Amino acid sequence: MAQFLQQMVNGLSIGSVYALMAVGYSLVYSIMNFSNFAHGGVIMFGAYFGFFAMTLLKLPFVASFALAFVGTAVLAVVIERIAYKPLRERSAPFLYFIISAMGASIFLENIIIATIGPTFRTYPDVFGRTSISLGSVSIGRLDLIMFVISAVCLTGLVLFIDKTKMGRAIQASAYNMKAAALMGVNTDRVVMIVFALGGMLAGIAGVFFGMKYTVYPQIGNITTKSFVAAVFGGLGSLPGAVLGSVLLGVIETLVAGYLSSQFRDLIAFVILIGVLVFRPTGIMGKTTEDKA
Amino acid sequence: MSSYIEGILMLSGINLIAVLGLSLLTGFAGLFSFGHAGFMAIGAYSAAVCTKLLGLPFVVAIAAAALVAAGVSWLIGRATLKLKGDYFCIATLGFGEAIRLILDNFQGLGGARGWPGIPPHTTLLNILVLDVIGVVLLANLVRSRHGRNMIAVREEELAAKVAGIDTFRYKMLALVISAAYAGVAGALLGHYMTFIQPKMFSMVKSTELTIIVIFGGLGSISGSVLGAVVLTFLPELLRAVDKWRLVVYGLAVIGIMIGRPRGLMGGFELTPKSIRAHFARRREERAIKAGRAAEDGDEALSGEADGKGGL
Repeated sequence: MAQFLQQMVNGLSIGSVYALMAVGYSLVYSIMNFSNFAHGGVIMFGAYFGFFAMTLLKLPFVASFALAFVGTAVLAVVIERIAYKPLRERSAPFLYFIISAMGASIFLENIIIATIGPTFRTYPDVFGRTSISLGSVSIGRLDLIMFVISAVCLTGLVLFIDKTKMGRAIQASAYNMKAAALMGVNTDRVVMIVFALGGMLAGIAGVFFGMKYTVYPQIGNITTKSFVAAVFGGLGSLPGAVLGSVLLGVIETLVAGYLSSQFRDLIAFVILIGVLVFRPTGIMGKTTEDKA
Repeated sequence: MSSYIEGILMLSGINLIAVLGLSLLTGFAGLFSFGHAGFMAIGAYSAAVCTKLLGLPFVVAIAAAALVAAGVSWLIGRATLKLKGDYFCIATLGFGEAIRLILDNFQGLGGARGWPGIPPHTTLLNILVLDVIGVVLLANLVRSRHGRNMIAVREEELAAKVAGIDTFRYKMLALVISAAYAGVAGALLGHYMTFIQPKMFSMVKSTELTIIVIFGGLGSISGSVLGAVVLTFLPELLRAVDKWRLVVYGLAVIGIMIGRPRGLMGGFELTPKSIRAHFARRREERAIKAGRAAEDGDEALSGEADGKGGL
């Protein structure tokens, strides 16, 4: 039982970081109906921004953290302006969006390899390796901070989307972009805000991911798992993305703990295929209908 | 011919087969795959099982590779081709990664460390023969009724459905054929390298194949041929700047989507007929231009006359 609880705690903490990443995929999907594969690259840049802010610029943790998520928010918006906006303006088929996203993702990953190099880098130790014990369960400090900050960010996002005028504009655009534009919503700005929000959360997730593991150019491949989580919960649905991520995190750690750590990565893709076969809209996804 | 150039030629010939299959799927049927390297892996491993473990001849191994890859793709297609939008592409991503991870963990075929000692059956000759067969089969397919139906599905699925095309069937046909091509490419690759490793068939390989198709031009077979040869040779010639290769590719892919989404040769085929037609058109244009120049001359003259009259 103690071991099970311990696994649950570990799963929740990694699941909450997945959630930060998955929300970015889902936000973009809900507005533009395509999977933004460049998001993994943005997360990786977040990890590097944070790392260099702390090691090269010698900034304190909070400042590096802020620099990372402002940087990725700007990066995500710039990618949108360059790679997607021209396609959006001539309402290109979604295939072009995916190809363009793939190009952006290849570019982001390889510009890092070409300039900084493919080496693994380790974040300086900020929170110490000590852990807090709660009865039989011990929680690493980093894990706890990761979980708390992720929960705060996600709550903030939900409040923003539910309570503010911009949030309502995002909801309207997700429902029907053309109709929203006709009702006077500046959809171009909605898209920009959505990318900025997704980018910001990506930066936070990137820093955490880098702190928990290491920083290297292929981090984006691991973020594919957060994309799986978004599909699992239902693409386009924010609560779905969070639920899918937490579930995926818990299932992963349980599989690694009880079966074999080799199956850790495999289980994500098995879930993905299972979900697509039996319930492609995920746990709480919206159903899209083809309109002529 | 030096063995170095021969090696690159063989690699581009092998790439070409996989690219041809993907060209059918993406360029003609409009489906995007992130997991084609997975089909190559299936082909490579099943062919290696045939020659290395069962001692079967290479021809049988290639046929088996195509069949197994096609069979697996059929299963995947059944489950996912009915899905809307990019769910199919997500499914191929999951499939490609899952295949690699399964092979990584399957110790019977070498696991993650790879599987050495595959007989070196692949030669430039049998690659060339398969390339020619592949191009001819594909060219005939896309010009047939089936090929036209696939293009209709790509252009407007709903309209194609209304016009009575069984869209599911044609998407499935494109997927199965393209997987068979990828399987053959995998078999050739395995018997060329004499060593296979799951890492060789990662998502990077899948995206590279897709990049070649996009460069060559969606919906053009000759574009795919050109793309496969050029993009296999180019990195060899530019070894010194190799690490910038994918940076440039990434930017170029975005640039192509924004500026010229049909790629180098999109919708245009390089055949003896089309070359003749091109030159005929050029001659015609020149003739028209000459005629117009003569007319312009007349007008200019009459204009001059008018001008003089005004004075």
